[in-house]
Amino acid sequence: MREAVLTGNAPAAATAARAALAAGVAPIDLVNLAIRPAMDEVGRLYEAGEYFVPELLLAARATKEAFTLIRPLLASKDAPPAARVVLGTVQGDLHDIGKNLVAAMLEGSGFEVIDLGVNVPPDRFIAAIKESQARVVGLSALLTTTMPAMKTTLDVFGTSGLRDRVRVMIGGAPVTQAFADSIGADAYGENAAAAVEITRRLIAT
Amino acid sequence: MWSLQELLPGPVITDGAWGTLLQAGGLGAGDCPDAWNLSHPSFVEGVARAYVGAGSEVILTNTFGGSGLRLAAHGLDHQAIEINEAGARLSRRAAGSQVRVFASMGPSGRMLAMGETTVEELQASFSEQAKALAGEGVDALLLETFADLDELRAAIAAAKETGLPVVASLVFDSGPARDRTMMGVTPEQAAAAVVAAGADVVGANCGNGIDRYIAICRRLRAATDRPIWIKPNAGLPELVGGRPVYRTTPAEFAARAVEVFAAGATFVGGCCGTTPAFIAAIRKALAPGRS
Repeated sequence: MREAVLTGNAPAAATAARAALAAGVAPIDLVNLAIRPAMDEVGRLYEAGEYFVPELLLAARATKEAFTLIRPLLASKDAPPAARVVLGTVQGDLHDIGKNLVAAMLEGSGFEVIDLGVNVPPDRFIAAIKESQARVVGLSALLTTTMPAMKTTLDVFGTSGLRDRVRVMIGGAPVTQAFADSIGADAYGENAAAAVEITRRLIAT
Repeated sequence: MWSLQELLPGPVITDGAWGTLLQAGGLGAGDCPDAWNLSHPSFVEGVARAYVGAGSEVILTNTFGGSGLRLAAHGLDHQAIEINEAGARLSRRAAGSQVRVFASMGPSGRMLAMGETTVEELQASFSEQAKALAGEGVDALLLETFADLDELRAAIAAAKETGLPVVASLVFDSGPARDRTMMGVTPEQAAAAVVAAGADVVGANCGNGIDRYIAICRRLRAATDRPIWIKPNAGLPELVGGRPVYRTTPAEFAARAVEVFAAGATFVGGCCGTTPAFIAAIRKALAPGRS
């Protein structure tokens, strides 16, 4: 499985999943002991500058193949349902490549992603949070000029009374930790790989 | 029929940012800059004229986001031809006969690797744009800010259909040394690929301030004997009081630009955050040696 994920080989990942399940490996163990570590390794390679976007996408696609087989088996009393994450590029910004990479990495790590697309006003985030009961929200911006919309969005979460119900992570090329701190975001992610670790951490809080 | 040879061996001063000036003119976040060719033609022509006045020997067009696929994000793909023709006309008028017009074509915004488009769809979109621009008398086509080689190859193929010279410029802003494109492409790989695809000029733009560009230029120079096109940002922007501020001054930029020319670039200009003042500063910095 590890090999399949690291080389981004989706058919091989599916084969490995089937073989493991047929051999009696518990679905949840397959996720926690094989798939998650492999994706973490992909993330480390990406952050080290050895893997780039193509490798990330192929790996995410491979794990998605595996999850297609595993997810129906996970929907039982033993395993918790996939945690939900709402993602969107903030109002005024039409860039989505970074957000889409985060979505791919999160789905590849077993999360359920509700992707609102681009140019998302605060109200649409709120509607999606209420409907999905998601506990983690990711805001993306590529332009320095649209970063202020992240603050606006958080402020609206506050006045709507649901700021405490969600954890908010932000990211995008011009975004920094300092900016995240200044607007009261719960986390800042430097890239799509970091988003996975951050999401796991935020879900647990 | 003009030839790129007329501009060689350089140094050739290109232009600076258009988006920065359009924003100063009221373009809002989320608005479509290319649509201003139809709604604010005088302002757009004014930007072109400002760069001609500052000393640009090559100016671009306000058509960076003018491919049908990119315009679709604003619901304006049905106006792609109109928008591109207008952009080319406005720059052509401002340039007159002394200054060259290289028409800007940027990426589609769709990721091939994520299955958001196909090579065929890309080529059709770029082809429509390239033809519209060529029809209004631009001197060359500039494919800029690309990160994905497959998409860039589709764009080069479309651009070459017009018979115009083609500049292929990528953005190297990723990796620990910020010297690869987002897709992991190195300057060496880029040079080899775009030349094989038929580009006449190889380049890099955006993503970095001018400091990192000296090394990138040297690497491109070593990787190809084609002319090199370089357009750095005025540094990376910081949010100050809610507004983006670029830290590099025109004088600093111009001093570095001289080094970039010395590193082997034929064409040098500025990308995000630069203004006519930057172009004037480059012209002044080059003045002592020029005939």
